[in-house]
Amino acid sequence: MQGCRDAHRSLTVLIKKTSDIQPSEITSETNYINRRDFIRAGAIAGGSLIAPGAISAVIPDTRLARLSNVAASPFSTDETPNSCEDISTYNNYYEFGLSKDDPVINAEALKTRPWTIEVSGEAEKTGTFDFDEFMKPFDLEERIYRMRCVEAWSMVIACVGISLADVVMYFQPTSTAQYVAFETLQDREQMPGVRGRSLDWPYREGLTIAEATNPLPILAVGIYGNVIPNQNGAPIRLVVPWKYGFKGIKSIVKIKFMSTRPRNSWNMAIPREYGFYANVNPTVNHPRWSQARERRIGAGVFASKQETLMFNGYGEHVAHLYKDLDLRRNY
Amino acid sequence: MNTVQQIRLAWKPVVFLLCLTPAVLVLTDALEITGRLGANPVEEIQDRFGYWALRFIMITLAVTPLRRLTGWNWPSRFRRMLGLFTCFYAFMHFLTWFVLDREIRLADIVEDLTERPFITLGFTAVVLLAALAITSFAAIRRRMGRKWQTLHNAAYAVGLLGVWHYWWQVKKDITEPLIYAAILAVLLGARLFWHLKRKKPG
Repeated sequence: MQGCRDAHRSLTVLIKKTSDIQPSEITSETNYINRRDFIRAGAIAGGSLIAPGAISAVIPDTRLARLSNVAASPFSTDETPNSCEDISTYNNYYEFGLSKDDPVINAEALKTRPWTIEVSGEAEKTGTFDFDEFMKPFDLEERIYRMRCVEAWSMVIACVGISLADVVMYFQPTSTAQYVAFETLQDREQMPGVRGRSLDWPYREGLTIAEATNPLPILAVGIYGNVIPNQNGAPIRLVVPWKYGFKGIKSIVKIKFMSTRPRNSWNMAIPREYGFYANVNPTVNHPRWSQARERRIGAGVFASKQETLMFNGYGEHVAHLYKDLDLRRNY
Repeated sequence: MNTVQQIRLAWKPVVFLLCLTPAVLVLTDALEITGRLGANPVEEIQDRFGYWALRFIMITLAVTPLRRLTGWNWPSRFRRMLGLFTCFYAFMHFLTWFVLDREIRLADIVEDLTERPFITLGFTAVVLLAALAITSFAAIRRRMGRKWQTLHNAAYAVGLLGVWHYWWQVKKDITEPLIYAAILAVLLGARLFWHLKRKKPG
């Protein structure tokens, strides 16, 4: 199992600080810059560290290594984040098994370097990029987001990542691009779940271009200031906080700008239960369970569930995207 | 000590403790003595009780085929205890849903029971099991006469409802429900086979 000890320690610092400071100040207080990582990061970036505009997002290839140059974000919640252990041992990642405790064991051996991301479709800039090269133009930010799973449980996770809107704009989608599609690695050798037929592999997800250029979604590469554990979708995964967790596609290898709506895996599997939009919505129930309330992981056996918020509480930033959409039909 | 006494005094307590072990483990795992319940303990508790209810109905329904195949009589001496453990685990599964998952909110419970068929199925199985448990006392059995056996044939329905409930509950991968369905098919199929064989003229 990938350890959580260091992340735990930084989390304790984080919790202690959040009680008396504003969330936007968190990172300046608990500055993530670790000298050794900073020097190594500089060496990898090869001097382009102080590039004009963005500070290069350089991700160490060491497991759970500290990330440097992480800025705080005004979008972060001040709710208490879950423990690193909860986040990294309770995962839905079917490529590594169907039980929540399978990925932590089966994803251990996943090779996250070398890693390439293919950008294609309706955009000016396309091509296949090495992961480090892909990350270079962007800034790392910490976003402490609520995560609501379609299975009616939730967590609060301190993610580190790059703004998806920045990524989309960087590749300059053409006027015909209406959607962004993503694909997960499909590797029978490394992913035992892919040998089974629980889903039609590879895992696919998509967003409208308006969703993808909204300031909230990020491509996450870390949690709690460390490189993201494999079972959470290393080396890079999508986080869309107002949508159910299954929209957050993991271990991304392909990004495609499309003029037509891409298919997404859970919708392909059970269209009656999972739609394309998958916005968190307490008034539209899953056919097999209510979505009105959610269990916050880590709250304990006898803690009561809490009310689920429309758009997972992010309505002020995203409700306008759906004002002409019947959310009951477009679940 | 004759065989009957041996079973009653020595084997029954052993089997009883063995059957109780999964429930004890839930408790000791919750207290983190033997293990852990993980990030979502309510789900874990509910799942464990549910699985053991399914396993115990299978074990209970295996008693008759085992006796027929081996000619042993002793398995049937454990049938009532196994049936009662089925009821116990199903009831604990129900109670976890009622108290910890639905939080005794009656509107939510009615919604679940009326709008979610897999819950209706599971609830029906629990009601049937309760009826079987209440009528399991020897005195009631004697008083009911032939009606008792008719009522207790509901154990087959409990098996079917349990597997069906599980099948409709899983998100996507039906491998495990299929395994339970296959075991149940063998257990009920054997009875059907023997029944038809006996009916055949010859």
